[in-house]
Amino acid sequence: MIPELGHFALIVALLVAIVQGVVPMIGAARRDSALMAVAVPAARAQFALVALAFGCLAWSFVTSDFSVQNVAVNSNSHLPLQYRFAATWGSHEGSLLLWALMLGGWGFAVSVFSRNLPQVLRARVLAVMGLVAIGFLLFMLAASDPFLRLVPVPPEGRDLNALLQDPGMVVHPPMLYMGYVGFSVAFAFAIAALIGGKLDASWARWSRPWTTVAWSFLTIGIALGSIWSYYTLGWGGWWFWDPVENASFMPWLAGTALIHSLAVTEKRGAFRSWTVLLAILAFSLSLIGTFLVRSGVLTSVHAFATDPARGTFILGFLAIVIGGSLTLYAFRAGAVGAGGDFAPVSRESMLLGNNILLVIALASVLLGTLYPLFIDALKLGKISVGPPYFDSVFYPLMAPMIFLMGVGPIASWRKARIPDLWTRLRWAAYVAAATGVLAPFAMGRWKPLVALGLLLAAWVAAATASALLQRLRAAPQRGIVAKMRANSPAWYGMLLAHLGVAAFIVGVTLVKGYEVERDVRLDVGQGVEVGGDTYTFRGIVPQAGPNYDALVGTVEVTREGRHVATLKPQKRTYRASGEVMTEASIQSGILGDHYVSLGEPVTAQGTSGAWAVRIYVKPFVDWIWFGCLLMALGGFTAIADRRYRLALRHKFAGVLGAAARGAT
Amino acid sequence: MKFLRWSLPLAIFIVVAGFLYVGLYRDPHEVPSPLIGKPAPAFALAELHHPDRTLATADMRGQVWLLNVWASWCVSCREEHPLLVALSKAGVVPIIGLDYKDKSEDGLAWLVGNGDPYTKSVVDLDGRVGINWGVYGVPETFVVDKAGIIRYKQIGPLTQDALSRKILPLVRELQKS
Repeated sequence: MIPELGHFALIVALLVAIVQGVVPMIGAARRDSALMAVAVPAARAQFALVALAFGCLAWSFVTSDFSVQNVAVNSNSHLPLQYRFAATWGSHEGSLLLWALMLGGWGFAVSVFSRNLPQVLRARVLAVMGLVAIGFLLFMLAASDPFLRLVPVPPEGRDLNALLQDPGMVVHPPMLYMGYVGFSVAFAFAIAALIGGKLDASWARWSRPWTTVAWSFLTIGIALGSIWSYYTLGWGGWWFWDPVENASFMPWLAGTALIHSLAVTEKRGAFRSWTVLLAILAFSLSLIGTFLVRSGVLTSVHAFATDPARGTFILGFLAIVIGGSLTLYAFRAGAVGAGGDFAPVSRESMLLGNNILLVIALASVLLGTLYPLFIDALKLGKISVGPPYFDSVFYPLMAPMIFLMGVGPIASWRKARIPDLWTRLRWAAYVAAATGVLAPFAMGRWKPLVALGLLLAAWVAAATASALLQRLRAAPQRGIVAKMRANSPAWYGMLLAHLGVAAFIVGVTLVKGYEVERDVRLDVGQGVEVGGDTYTFRGIVPQAGPNYDALVGTVEVTREGRHVATLKPQKRTYRASGEVMTEASIQSGILGDHYVSLGEPVTAQGTSGAWAVRIYVKPFVDWIWFGCLLMALGGFTAIADRRYRLALRHKFAGVLGAAARGAT
Repeated sequence: MKFLRWSLPLAIFIVVAGFLYVGLYRDPHEVPSPLIGKPAPAFALAELHHPDRTLATADMRGQVWLLNVWASWCVSCREEHPLLVALSKAGVVPIIGLDYKDKSEDGLAWLVGNGDPYTKSVVDLDGRVGINWGVYGVPETFVVDKAGIIRYKQIGPLTQDALSRKILPLVRELQKS
């Protein structure tokens, strides 16, 4: 009964989405407020219905209703509760439903926080989001029904893929999708502006917070995925340039460019058509990412379902959404007008430089990801593009961008003078140079690439600190608190995010430069020295988990006789599927991680004999994710800006008032 | 002229979409190998464990063998590796490992960590042998018969299914002849 209810809710949601997509659009064209007014209730109803459907699916998973095929294939009654719940989005169908839920949620949020918007714009934005929802709901109902029943009902489910039975599964997909789907709002704003032909500073001010929030979620989502692969795949990598990772990284790059371009459009009215294009691009890449993951066009460790029928549907959908919006762009972009002009050295030009570099980086990642496909489609053979390509293309593009990151925030709008910039950034330059030259010695060995990486990180951090100090000193207020309050949260958010980039660079540089990876054979009681610490293998003990049997190894880490950590890496065999998973054991610290994972028993005695053990020392690796967290925090700080917050408070009061009036 | 400029993104998208469409109907795992049924390209390479010794295709003449192309940098190789280890324990067929475009020390360390299923391992540092064998991605596994003819090629990681349905029956059949 519950699954049918969910299925029915999806059908009604589709009908409501059609109304949401069509009626307000017609209303906006005819300036008919009654028709436009349909947008808000339709968006809310659509969200409520999709949420109901999602709840029904989650219920079926939590109660282990194996009469639902999706549950029978992706869950098991012995699965712990949190994973039964997370299994809701563990399948192709379920993850689409999560996508639709997020889309509905963003639409709902827009309907709540958009009371200050001109009615025409609001109607169009919600209509565009409704049109996108039609595509997803139709796809689910036509080709990926999550509620399909199974006859006869199997007594037990096949179990969730062991790789997905991890806390990462609970948080990573929702965060990532929040980000992916969140770009639909910026996209809807861009399309609405193209249709209306009006694209001004207030348009940019409205789209900015939405874009920033989506970007922050995406940042967290990607970082969580990276952490997850770091500890769960058992070989200590944190980024593989895998097609699916790239699929999430490309919208991030586009979104980063968009955030910066929006700032220029809001403050200076420039870059308008470019900003619109980036907004279309960010969401289009989210859709293409979905296509790549879901269609099986590319081989990947993440490839789940490969079904050409589904692929064709998604591709058709892509063609309509992306092709349609780019066609609209081709016809209308000329009408949105150019903005204020600026000198070759100015904040605008720096931001333009940053945008161009980000887009080139994006293009090279896209090319690398799709290249095997191009070559194959042209029948030139089959190839795979790996980290060497991405590393050699990506890092050289990032270096000048990071240089600009230091200069941009300090340069003035319209026209900046190089001598001024030098005066203001001199100290940052000295600090960066000194760090680059000296800091690698502290790590033991001087390496040119490490020096460059640390130089860039120090440059960003020091330039950011200079920007802060100079602003505070220049503020006319007295007292540090008053001076601090003179600057907007958006500005602090920017500083925080840039510091995050500096931390990220430190992490990447040091882990790439000084990580030690040793695969060793250890007898019980035998020790090995890695990176100054002694790792002693204390043997293996079997241990039963809720739905798996584990072999738990104990490795004691000591430094000069002092105890540092006791690590317990596991090898798990999941009972239902027989899948074997390696669970690394990690001692994390600010200065780096001790990372141990179990290989295979190397002798015939099996568990009691010698084992292959992987011991990795990962200096400063946590800085990578800490940096991402800072970037996301910067994003969240930025939207706390008064200009947005004031508007929000009005909206909230309005909504609460309306709710109260409705209740009486 | 202006219009052309604004339609550039659309043009790029149409090209990409066209490729994606073609890509949908091509299985990235399936590659017809022109080498099937042809003699295995000869090589004589240094052994991974004993760099002073070499192994040549001629040495394998008279027995059915598998050539598994792998590398320490290859992610999917880790996926198929337990299957290879199990296969080598069963001792049905000699497996020669070709460590492809890899540094010897990395390869050796990798085998220590993951188990060494190979009867013998050779190193193809510059990937030249890989090119001769038509390797386009790692891992790949070839079945070579007693006369040195390539009989089968597995693209991508071995699966239990591929092993029990195709490779092992083929090996048994070839061993009988």
